[in-house]
Amino acid sequence: MIATYTRKELMVVAAAREIRDGEVVFVGMRLPLLGFGLAKATHAPSAVGLFENGVIRDRPAEAFIYTMGDPPNIVGAIACLGLNDVMGLLQQGRVDVGFIGGAEVDPHGNLNTTRTSGSGSLVRLPGSGGGGDIASLAGRTVLIMEHEPRRFRERVDYITSPGHFPGRRRGGPATLITTLGVFDLSRGQVRAVSLHPGVTAAQVREATGFPIAVDDAVPPTTAPSTDELGYIRRADPDGFWTGDKRKGE
Amino acid sequence: MEPPLTGKQRSLAEAIAENLHDGDSVALGLALESGIPFAAVHEIIRQRRKDLTLIGPISDMAFDQLIAAGTVAKVIAAWVGNVAGGSGYGFRRAYEQGQPRRIVMEDHSNFTVGLALKAAAMGLPYLPTFTGLGGDIVRGHPRIRPIDDPFGGPSLLAVGALKPDVAIVHVQRADASGNAHLWGNLGLTVEAAYAARRTIVVCEEIVPDDVIRSDPNRTMIPGFLVTAVVEEPGGALPSSVQGYWRRDFETFLSYHNLSKTADGYQLWLKEWVLDLPDRPAYLRHMGDAALARLRVSDRRLAAAANFAP
Repeated sequence: MIATYTRKELMVVAAAREIRDGEVVFVGMRLPLLGFGLAKATHAPSAVGLFENGVIRDRPAEAFIYTMGDPPNIVGAIACLGLNDVMGLLQQGRVDVGFIGGAEVDPHGNLNTTRTSGSGSLVRLPGSGGGGDIASLAGRTVLIMEHEPRRFRERVDYITSPGHFPGRRRGGPATLITTLGVFDLSRGQVRAVSLHPGVTAAQVREATGFPIAVDDAVPPTTAPSTDELGYIRRADPDGFWTGDKRKGE
Repeated sequence: MEPPLTGKQRSLAEAIAENLHDGDSVALGLALESGIPFAAVHEIIRQRRKDLTLIGPISDMAFDQLIAAGTVAKVIAAWVGNVAGGSGYGFRRAYEQGQPRRIVMEDHSNFTVGLALKAAAMGLPYLPTFTGLGGDIVRGHPRIRPIDDPFGGPSLLAVGALKPDVAIVHVQRADASGNAHLWGNLGLTVEAAYAARRTIVVCEEIVPDDVIRSDPNRTMIPGFLVTAVVEEPGGALPSSVQGYWRRDFETFLSYHNLSKTADGYQLWLKEWVLDLPDRPAYLRHMGDAALARLRVSDRRLAAAANFAP
C-alpha cells in the first residue's frame, strides 16, 4: 500500500531529516515546530530544541501548538529562560542547526522578510523576528520557502537574514526546502538534491527567478514513512500545518 | 462603589492614565506570543494616547491594533504582524500608505531588541554582538554601529541601550508592592521591566506577600522597580497565560481577517474596544462558553522547593 500524504507533510519530514541525533536545534515558527517533534520521535531522540522565547525542550510538545509560547510547549520543558539566554547560546556557537522561512530568497540564500517592491508597489512584511539572528549565528541553517518565481529572485530588495557572504564567521544556509523540492545551498549556489514526487525539472526552473542547477536525473524526495506520517497526524490532527489548505490564509 | 485602591494598586485605567503619556515610549508584548497585555493595549486606545513609540520583539497583533488606532508614531521591533496569519494589515496600511498616520520603523532582530533593553537594564550605553553582520538591518541603523574589539578580536556591532518610558507586563501573580511571580517563557520581560523608567505589572491575581517570599527564585520583577500593580484576570486574552489561560487562536484569526480593510478594523475597534468600558466587560462580551473553553482548570503543580535555613 502506498500512503498518501500532503506536500506540507513531505516538507515537515524533509525538515525533520535535517536534524541529526544529538544536535542542538534552534526551532523556528510554523512547520519546524512539527519537524522538531518528528525528529525527536523518530531518528533524533537526543536532539535538544531551543525556542527564542526562552524555552528549552528535549521532548516534543504534549499537544498541538500554534506557537512556541502555547502552554503545551511549556509543560515538560527542561528550562524556561529569557530570549537573551537562548540567543546567547546561539551566539556562543552552541546551536548546530536553525530553521528560518522567508518571503523571498536569492541564490546566496539571503532571505527577505522586511519589505519588497518586487510586485511593483511597496509591500511591508512583518520583519526579522529571530530569523536574522539564526541566519547570522547558527552552525548551519535550513530555509523553508514557498517555491514561486516572485519569491525566488536574483537579488532580494532587503537582506533580513544574511546568506553566504565573504567574511562570514560561521554557518550559513545549508539546505533549502521548498514546496517543489530539497536544494543544497552550502556552496553559495542553489543545487537540486531531490524533487518532490511528480515535480519536474522544468517546473522548478519555471518557478525559480534565477538560474538553478536541476535536471531530470535528480531523484525524488523520499516519501514519508508510516511512522513519520503517524507522528505528524497525531501532532497536527486537524491538518492545520500540514493539510491541503492552511486555515490561516 | 469599589473600595479605593491604595499604595501601588491601581485599576488598569488609572495605571495607564498616571503612567503613560502622549509621546512616551512603551515596551509590551515582551514574552513573545504569551502574556501580551491586551487589556492595557485596549485601554491605551480608549484613552486616545498619541505619538507613542512601541518597543518589543514580535508583538503579535497588539502592535497592529495600536498602530491602526492611530496612537503610534514610531515602532522599534523585530516583527510586527499576526502570528496566526502573517501580515499585520494595520501596520501595513500605516507603513505603506500613511493611514491613519505615517509611522517611523526602526527594524531590529529579536536579539538586537534584547541587547538594547539588556544594556539599559545593566546601565550600559551599549552591548556588543555578532548578530546581523552581512545583512541590511544593521546597515545605517540609528542604534547599531560597527566597533572594534578592544581585546583584538574580530570587529563586531554595538547595540545602543534602549530605555522605555514605560514597560507593561502581564504576570501570573504579584503582591500589593509589585513583587511579581512569572513562570513559563520569559522572552524579554525581565530586561524591559528592569530597563523602563516606569513599570506597570498586570497580574491574574494579587496574592499576600508571603506567597511571593515562599519562592523568591520565581520573582522575576522586584517590587521596588514597579510603579503600579493592576489585578486584571484575563487581561492577556486572547494570548495565553501559563496555568491560567489557553491561547484563543480563533480571535487572532478573526481579527486577522476583519482587519484586512480599514473599515473592518473600525468594526472590530468599536465592538471590542470603544463600546466596552473595561476588561471585565470584554470578558462578558466574549461569553461564558468561550471563557470556559479557554480557562485552564487542570493542575500541573511544580514540586515544592525547600527554602528552610
